Amino acid sequence: MSAGRLRLERGGLAVAGWGLLGFLALPVVALFLATSPSALRDGLSHPLVGPALRLSLLTTSLSLAIVVGLGTPLAWWLANASGRAARALETLVQLPAVIPPAVAGVALLLTFGRRGLLAGWAYPTGSSLAFSTTAVVLAEVFVSAPYFVQAATSGFRRIDPKLLLVARTFGAAPLRVFSRVAVPLAAPGLLAGGAMSWARSLGEFGATLMFAGNLEGRTQTLPLAIYTAFESDSRVAQALSIVLVAVAYTLLLLVRWLLARTAAGGEAA
Amino acid sequence: MTQCSVHRRREHRVRRAVLALCVALLATCATACRRKAPADALSHGRLVVFAAASLREVFTRLGSDFEQAHPGVEVTFNFAGTQELRSQVEHGAAVDVFASADARHMDALLRDARVLDPVIFAGNEPVIVVSREAAQRVRTLAELPAAERIVLGAPEVPIGRYTVTLLDRANRTLGADFRARVEARVVSRELNVRQVLAKVSLGEAQAGIVYRTDALTAGASVTVVAIPSELNVVAEYPIAVAAGAPNPELARAWVALVLSPAGRGALAQAGFGTPRAGASP
Repeated sequence: MSAGRLRLERGGLAVAGWGLLGFLALPVVALFLATSPSALRDGLSHPLVGPALRLSLLTTSLSLAIVVGLGTPLAWWLANASGRAARALETLVQLPAVIPPAVAGVALLLTFGRRGLLAGWAYPTGSSLAFSTTAVVLAEVFVSAPYFVQAATSGFRRIDPKLLLVARTFGAAPLRVFSRVAVPLAAPGLLAGGAMSWARSLGEFGATLMFAGNLEGRTQTLPLAIYTAFESDSRVAQALSIVLVAVAYTLLLLVRWLLARTAAGGEAA
Repeated sequence: MTQCSVHRRREHRVRRAVLALCVALLATCATACRRKAPADALSHGRLVVFAAASLREVFTRLGSDFEQAHPGVEVTFNFAGTQELRSQVEHGAAVDVFASADARHMDALLRDARVLDPVIFAGNEPVIVVSREAAQRVRTLAELPAAERIVLGAPEVPIGRYTVTLLDRANRTLGADFRARVEARVVSRELNVRQVLAKVSLGEAQAGIVYRTDALTAGASVTVVAIPSELNVVAEYPIAVAAGAPNPELARAWVALVLSPAGRGALAQAGFGTPRAGASP
């Protein structure tokens, strides 16, 4: 292949890649540029910020714990199961990612609400999870779990089956194979999935508003506070969005760093 | 011949073609624009109407009337919260008519010279909606604190602001702690009227305060309790032609239709109050 062709191909790839990078980064940059330092100060000292940020961090940590705790066994099962039924179930797990969030909120109300499917069966008729912090966590789990399960399933599928076979031959029980062999080997996939899922629940808005409502300190997460502020002053909303972006970027960078460390640790072992 | 010179010649050809295309486009545009006399401005083109979400049903109906009266004209709507629409207009959206559910947003656009001569065309009054199981519990405004779970609009959105005003007024006649007694029952402060309505009609909340027009869309799933008019606040809806309207003739015709007896009839049918003709905000 000629040197010119090589350069052209490499250039083409770079242009395509950088084009998308620019498209993704520019709106964030514009958000920062459009917000003056004084507006950012006003935004940070806005009375809605503190309680909303605290609630967002609390609920997203809880929902991440639930998603990882229950999603890892589910992904392990999906990765090992074969057959048409298993593929159908795997697709079913992806559905909440497709449903528009506000509709997801209605669906949650129709399930866990006062007149919901489970009323009078899982809990007494006339009581409801709606308007509670628990409802916020449930809404976040519902919309974010698909991202984790998908990443974790592909993580488990990438494990060399021979390694699992060896573990079994040495007499390891299924739970031990799962926790001591499979999970450590799939760790990069699990971490990446956890990060995606956490980011999705941090930004979650529509299902929360519909299912949990909007009450300061109880169900008003940062995205809801941003939207509430937007109704009176869009500049405050911009400043709050910068807080959200900064928190998310810091935590996602932290995950990247952890990922790099796990990868390095894995090679060393 | 080297590859490079072929490339350059091709580039020249492309550049010349693009230039020719531009000239041709400019020429057609110039003739077309000159040909567009005011007489037939009402018989073709696209009218873009930005309107508050609560106007969806009425404006959609008036839109098909308008298209019938002006064959060749296509009416396009953008229904959303007034604040969102205002932001879009401020960021230069191509809009012909703006109909707002809140005079304050219209005033702000008027100050920026983005709209021309707003006129109040409708009024919408807050009412209490009560879920089926609480229908016997809340039959008047005074009984509102008897509801176990109340959902109101957030004070940042117009319905929430009107709610605060009317509850403050009610303090004078229904006891100084009336607003506090209501707010003690509030489980959520929603960001739009439809969210309030959804929660009451699903039975999650027992009572809420929404506009009369929204309450009418919920049918039998809620009961409507009127608020005494001496305490109530009427939301005024202004309409205006956008300053940079691509189709000012069509825009003026639309405003005229909304203010006409037919327009007022459609608004009244949907539950809107219609003000005296020619009132200004």
